[in-house]
Amino acid sequence: MPAIQETVDRVRMIDIDQYRYGFETTIPVDKAPKGLSEDIIRFISARKREPSWTLEWRLDAYRRWLTMEEPSWARVDYPEIDFNDIYYYAAPEGISGPKSLAEVDPEILRVYEKLGIPLHEQEILAGVETRIAVDAVFDSVSVVTTFKQELRKAGVIFMSISEAIREHPELVKKYLGSVVPTTDNFYATLNSAVFSDGSFVYVPPGVRCPMELSTYFRINERNTGQFERTLIIADKGAYVSYLEGCTAPHRDENQLHAAVVELVAMEDAEIKYSTVQNWYPGDKQGKGGVYNFVTKRGDCRGDRSKISWTQVETGSAITWKYPSCILRGNDSRGEFYSIAVSNGHQQIDSGTKMIHLGKNTSSRIVSKGIAAGFSDNTYRGKVSAHRRATNARNFTQCDSLLIGDKCGAHTVPYIEAKNSSANFEHEATTSKISEDQLFYCLQRGIPEEAAIALIVNGFVKEVLQELPMEFAVEVQKLISISLEGSVG
Amino acid sequence: MLEIKNLHARIADDGTEIIRGLDLTVKAGEVAAIMGPNGSGKSTLSYILSGRDGYEVTEGDVVYNGESILGLDAAERAARGVFLAFQYPVEIPGVATLQFLRVALDEQRQARGEEEMTTPAFMHFVKETAARLRIDMQMLKRPLNVGFSGGEKKRAEILQMALLEPKLCVLDETDSGLDIDALKIVADGVNALRSPDRAFIVITHYQRLLEYIVPDTVHVLYKGRIIRSGDKSLAHELEANGYAEVIADAA
Repeated sequence: MPAIQETVDRVRMIDIDQYRYGFETTIPVDKAPKGLSEDIIRFISARKREPSWTLEWRLDAYRRWLTMEEPSWARVDYPEIDFNDIYYYAAPEGISGPKSLAEVDPEILRVYEKLGIPLHEQEILAGVETRIAVDAVFDSVSVVTTFKQELRKAGVIFMSISEAIREHPELVKKYLGSVVPTTDNFYATLNSAVFSDGSFVYVPPGVRCPMELSTYFRINERNTGQFERTLIIADKGAYVSYLEGCTAPHRDENQLHAAVVELVAMEDAEIKYSTVQNWYPGDKQGKGGVYNFVTKRGDCRGDRSKISWTQVETGSAITWKYPSCILRGNDSRGEFYSIAVSNGHQQIDSGTKMIHLGKNTSSRIVSKGIAAGFSDNTYRGKVSAHRRATNARNFTQCDSLLIGDKCGAHTVPYIEAKNSSANFEHEATTSKISEDQLFYCLQRGIPEEAAIALIVNGFVKEVLQELPMEFAVEVQKLISISLEGSVG
Repeated sequence: MLEIKNLHARIADDGTEIIRGLDLTVKAGEVAAIMGPNGSGKSTLSYILSGRDGYEVTEGDVVYNGESILGLDAAERAARGVFLAFQYPVEIPGVATLQFLRVALDEQRQARGEEEMTTPAFMHFVKETAARLRIDMQMLKRPLNVGFSGGEKKRAEILQMALLEPKLCVLDETDSGLDIDALKIVADGVNALRSPDRAFIVITHYQRLLEYIVPDTVHVLYKGRIIRSGDKSLAHELEANGYAEVIADAA
């Protein structure tokens, strides 16, 4: 209610080009030379002061990547990417890893302040704001991680992956690549070779992480790819909720973002992973914007474990991502809740995979796609049951909402049951905001932009409820802003 | 309050002329009934008054409180106090009725430069009004009109009317699809809103509704024009003899 009012006010304030995170910041940077080679990988590894096993792991992935081909099955269209025309490493000068807040370049802190991301622990502690531990990643490095000490007391490890490689090599070695192997796919393999920074979380047995964990990714440098790597492990009976947010400046050229996220849930553990992706989507003509080619996968490794993905995708020129669950443990559960909004010339091909391997595993998929402008919005999902996966259950609901008549919505479900006891349900709908609905709202005094915001927020409500409370309001605004200018 | 002068209007898409020289004056405090056979232009008139897209006024004017409203869009007219109770209220999935009411009220107040109502004041206002209309607050937590019965939908329309406090209320065949109990509740709601500074245009096919909402004037619409006006006895005459006689007289 007040949130909708704010949404409307904000939408009014914004001009045609509505992306409000598009500012650029000038900060001295340390960059690797352009292009990709074994030397560049050695450069990255050295900058991060990595042990030799990590370098070997990277080089192994790189050699394999050279033999692979870019996938072309997705319903997206873009010019060929010149992988030698990209910077694979850029770090604000003088920062090779997270520091205390006092040491961080104030210019960088101002960037996060402008983005509305709280990094000052004291202020948060003193105030009424919800406490969220934040890992802030700027181009290729993590610049600061908050609430580390407090989390440490609970036994939770939350740090950048570069730090974790140095400080907890046994954990990283055990789990890195165990969900998304280096051989997995073109972009995941590229990521394994050149990954820059990302978050590492380990929650020990029986511990319920005392606060929300969150990472904010920011691409600032020109022609720079961001290849973050996130690894989250919830040991037996542990619980953690994690949120990632992403933004980038306005750029005429396209920026590449190829991340890998791996989640491991052991017996009775639960991981809730939420994403609010708002990379720069390109301008009205479809120029610029981020290519978001991401591999996210969770492994319900232990019995009765649970992994839940919630994503809100409003940004990027192209989105190619399928957060998935491998339901390995008996009685494990996977969930995928998605809101994907496309406007302008954005292209989205996104969905999930639920791979049922264990007995009595269950999964639930709720996908809400909203297409406006000239955009294309595809849901692609796979649900499969292995021979041994007796009593596998899935429920899928896929709804698309079209705004205008120049956009497209597509649903591509793959269902594969090798077990006769599997019970898979799939429901799909496509609808348009009807002229009747709009007129009804107008007649009650609600102007068109506000009416669309209201109707769309109603459409995605089921998924909004899955987001941590503090973000649900922010997301409502974000969706409205993304759809600004979609009618008329 | 409302003066419709020699109004001619057509459907924008195909140019079909629906309203052909309509004249009508409605004073503040008046309840005017518009009756007519199917296809006479009753619903079109309600859409043109409320500013729905898709219709073109080719001649004449609609003057409301001294200003022509033809240049205003539907939301602007609503903020100035024009309300249309729909024949078929529209479903808005996922949007709680209460939330919808709040947004509509806030938007209208904002457009008029009034202060936003506080949440406690709003809730108090809604509870009181709903009780008067015998509407269960539980219903207002459900998405607007989704799964509502015919009676619930019409009651929700009257509730909105009561909360938005319009000056000119147009009821488009509000009686269609209502059983007698629901009809009474709706009529009671409308009667409670009658006041010297508010006018009603009650569009209906049948005389039945007018037994409960007693009109000051009755107008017969046929082929896009008012062919006869009178007081409430005209409605009874139509009920007894049908439209044929009035039409024949006018021809």
